[in-house]
Amino acid sequence: MSDKSEFTRLGVFKTYKLYVGGKFPRSESGRVYEVTDSKSGAWLANAPLSSRKDARDAVVAARKAVPGWSGATAYNRGQVLYRVAEMLEGRRDQFTQEVVAAEGLSKSKAAAVVDSGVDRWVWYAGWTDKIAQVVGGANPVAGPFFNLSTPEPTGVVAVLAPQDSSFLGLVSVLAPVIATGNTAVLIAAERAPLPALCLGEVLATSDVPAGVVNILSGRTAELAAPLASHRDVNALDLTGAPGELAVDLERAAADNLKRVRRPHPGESWTADPGTSRLTAWLETKTVWHPIGV
Amino acid sequence: MAENSAFAYAPAPESRAILDLAPSYGLFIDGEFTEAADGTVFKSVSPSSEEVLAEVARAGEADVDRAVRAARKAFTSWSALPGAERGKYLFRIARILQERARELAVLESLDNGKPIRETRDVDLPLVAAHFFYYAGWADKLAYAVPGWSPKDGGGAGPRPLGVAGQVIPWNFPLLMLSWKIAPALAAGNTVVLKPAETTPLSALFFADVCRQAGLPRGVVNILTGYGDAGAALVAHPDVDKVAFTGSTEVGRAIARTVAGTGKKVTLELGGKAANIVFDDAPIDQAVEGIVNGIFFNQGHVCCAGSRLLVQESVQDELLEALKRRMARLRVGDPLDKNTDIGAINSAEQLARITALAEAGEAEGAQRWAPPCELPSAGYWFAPTLFTGVTQAHRIAREEIFGPVLSVLTFRTPAEAVEKANNTPYGLSAGIWTEKGSRILSMANKLRAGVVWANTFNKFDPTSPFGGYKESGYGREGGRHGLEGYLDV
Repeated sequence: MSDKSEFTRLGVFKTYKLYVGGKFPRSESGRVYEVTDSKSGAWLANAPLSSRKDARDAVVAARKAVPGWSGATAYNRGQVLYRVAEMLEGRRDQFTQEVVAAEGLSKSKAAAVVDSGVDRWVWYAGWTDKIAQVVGGANPVAGPFFNLSTPEPTGVVAVLAPQDSSFLGLVSVLAPVIATGNTAVLIAAERAPLPALCLGEVLATSDVPAGVVNILSGRTAELAAPLASHRDVNALDLTGAPGELAVDLERAAADNLKRVRRPHPGESWTADPGTSRLTAWLETKTVWHPIGV
Repeated sequence: MAENSAFAYAPAPESRAILDLAPSYGLFIDGEFTEAADGTVFKSVSPSSEEVLAEVARAGEADVDRAVRAARKAFTSWSALPGAERGKYLFRIARILQERARELAVLESLDNGKPIRETRDVDLPLVAAHFFYYAGWADKLAYAVPGWSPKDGGGAGPRPLGVAGQVIPWNFPLLMLSWKIAPALAAGNTVVLKPAETTPLSALFFADVCRQAGLPRGVVNILTGYGDAGAALVAHPDVDKVAFTGSTEVGRAIARTVAGTGKKVTLELGGKAANIVFDDAPIDQAVEGIVNGIFFNQGHVCCAGSRLLVQESVQDELLEALKRRMARLRVGDPLDKNTDIGAINSAEQLARITALAEAGEAEGAQRWAPPCELPSAGYWFAPTLFTGVTQAHRIAREEIFGPVLSVLTFRTPAEAVEKANNTPYGLSAGIWTEKGSRILSMANKLRAGVVWANTFNKFDPTSPFGGYKESGYGREGGRHGLEGYLDV
């Protein structure tokens, strides 16, 4: 080889995988689909094209994680979520690049979006041990009874990540689900799944127990339908479902009366999110106990 | 306590090597450690050995003024920070406290005299948890205060008060610091804190934690010193909020000082808790709870279960079990991981406990303590039990703040309530019974800010703490703990 030769180093491609039960499988179907840069149209990666069976497997993993996660103390859940924020902070550059490609933003705008996403995650880490103090309480019933209403997680939540915000929107819909003690099956944004698939790598190194978050990529309509009718899914967040699909999914969810959060078209991801995305996944349990000798 | 058995525990000392103590420490004002204006210093002594740990600056009025001005100056930018950013500072502090927990536990045991098992397993985890909890409130203040509405505040949420002057006691130095500084900062206030003169060191180490966390200068100021510095801080015209934990006597003086001013005030004062044991209580569990209630932290606890109210029919059985348990308590080196009861915090406090115990005997109560060998150096008092106590006895009425338990009896729940409430204090109470409806009925009638059922001395940052009557006013901990630091 000539001493004077120069060459550009050949990069190592990243393989994007699903995140289910704390592991990184490919789709059981073996299918992938092309993900392209939203601006240039250039090929970025082949993302797994999840199947209905992948969705069912994810529900099994999520259900298995419910007792441990909902049974953890609120303080412990807060510590774990804060740990995720710590890991995200260390990967800001990576996620900025992903958002540039996924959403066609300038690098500085993408960096601001990523910063907002990390701060949003910290916001929800802070809610774990406070939401019960805001929405629960004692009730002054007429009679000698101690009566306490306390929020409790609903269980397994299927989340359709927003199609228009691949990182900040993703964080905004996923974090409140697990902050409240639920477990999640998340369908990544169809055309921009890569930030969500990267998030799985963050969660895997952040003390989040296996199965608490399960991440699928693929056709939203194909994956959402079995989740909406799945009898072991307790709730459904339709944020990422387009208009007519959302109505169909809500009808399917009615079969076992899943709690449904309808899409809010034009939802602002930078506005103060309030508590509605937390309370959507909470039940209220009221306990009576006699007061007497 | 000496044990002749072949199964006696060997000493298990926690190493002091983890702790790097300097010979002297200054005041922490405006982000810098500095000498007192007049150069005065005093010594911090380890109660278990009477060894001098370090020399500490003694703050005078000029130093108080300087610290308050630094806090005022910092308030403008600190309160203007978005809540999310303030919260991040507190999250950082929480993490650093977790990382340095062992070092701080050793320091706290040396300076306070309490057993390492308490500082390591109870105090330090709670300190970090308090900062973690309030970090999460910094950007959610609008949800914390039900009375707030947009037309009142006209903006992003309830507003902080300004500069908080905080005075903490010697019994839980770092924990009391966290109870006060964490909610104050989360709400957007800046603070000047004065630790007790017998336990100044952990607050100064906390100043270093703030430095490591990158906290802006002037947001936290620490003034070591005597009661005159605390009084000057409370009276300072530019202090908007006073938070005090300590004796009811001093609390009364503070209430008079702030009268007529615009200062908001929180007082966490003395207590004389009744630990009520019914005939259906699980005896072994109750005994453990009684021991925890009065001997935890050598009884240096304002909510200590210092009065035992036992139903007559089980008195003999309970006392026998209690004495058996007390005989196994190990008094000794606070750094020994086997130790149950450490040193009394100071010579002054030991004298007070001794005098009250002698008054108990003089008034006719029967005194009992397990035979045990106390170390020769340091301030020690054996765990002590009095029976034959009546409501009129001083040991039943006055806060002893030491490892001394007074036993009284009752026959009916109504009598238990009457005796328990027959005190000017109203901080805490314990109820031991298997009957849930009785727990709730008793809890409703007891005039106490905290009631523990089938447990005692449980604390958590989400749970409010504070008392009725002369145990003070305001609450610390929980969502309620923020109200004292917000203009609502």
